[in-house]
Amino acid sequence: MIEVILLISAAIFGVGVYGALSQQSFVMIMMGLELMINATVLAIVAFWWGTTGGDPRGQLLVVVVLAVMAIEAAMGFALVTAVYRVRKADITEKLKRLRN
Amino acid sequence: MSALQTFGIVIFGVGAVVSGWLVFRTDSMVRAAYWLMASFVAVGAILVTLDSQFLGLILILMMAGEMTIMAIFMVMFMMNPAGLNPMVMVHQHRTAIAAGVGSFLLLATVALVADFPADPVPLGADPTAELGFELLGRSMLVFESAGVALLAVMIGAVAVAGKWGRFGDADAGSVEPELEPEEGGS
Repeated sequence: MIEVILLISAAIFGVGVYGALSQQSFVMIMMGLELMINATVLAIVAFWWGTTGGDPRGQLLVVVVLAVMAIEAAMGFALVTAVYRVRKADITEKLKRLRN
Repeated sequence: MSALQTFGIVIFGVGAVVSGWLVFRTDSMVRAAYWLMASFVAVGAILVTLDSQFLGLILILMMAGEMTIMAIFMVMFMMNPAGLNPMVMVHQHRTAIAAGVGSFLLLATVALVADFPADPVPLGADPTAELGFELLGRSMLVFESAGVALLAVMIGAVAVAGKWGRFGDADAGSVEPELEPEEGGS
């Protein structure tokens, strides 16, 4: 069963990679990153459930990943706001030139 | 694992993948945020099925809040939040598809080929209680560190996003850059 869950996780991660690399909008790129972290959470819980005999440190790792997810979102939104203030840019194509 | 649990995992798994894909296919950015939330809810349901009820519900609650904030950001910053017009905002599309498919194939190969030890959660265990004792016992330092990191990020995010810049107002003299055509592009 763990293989099935890991396949689901791999598929979600692949969609996240596609989104993070293909999207122009900053917030859509963050959505791709969130999907990748979502897949990571699923894979960690699958490993905890199937291979560790219920060691709670497996779940603890998920708590740390959830904190990382919150940190990524908070700093991502802050940077989007800062970039918009300074450059009035909301897509990556508008940040090709850092000079001036 | 019962047949019902297996069925639930497969259904929620397919739902998580499909809703994740729809994030990048919808015309509305607000709808994209809620498709992403649907993907997280499906993964949270799988976590609950895998005896990790606390983490599953925490994931759903956290993402409900985060996606609502993300939808507000979409309305604030992005064009076409309501999806009234077709929207394609992509670049390096083929490279991105190749990278996505490649990473899926790589991870799927590892999942199918690797020999994982079979040591499942024992029947009758109470993983939520064990996690609670772990968080407030020998791993309290890790838990506290995550809390301090979140506090630091809150302060840092306010400092970065604030109107005040290092040399005056952050938006003073700010001009929207023009889009430049790709070299060699049409």
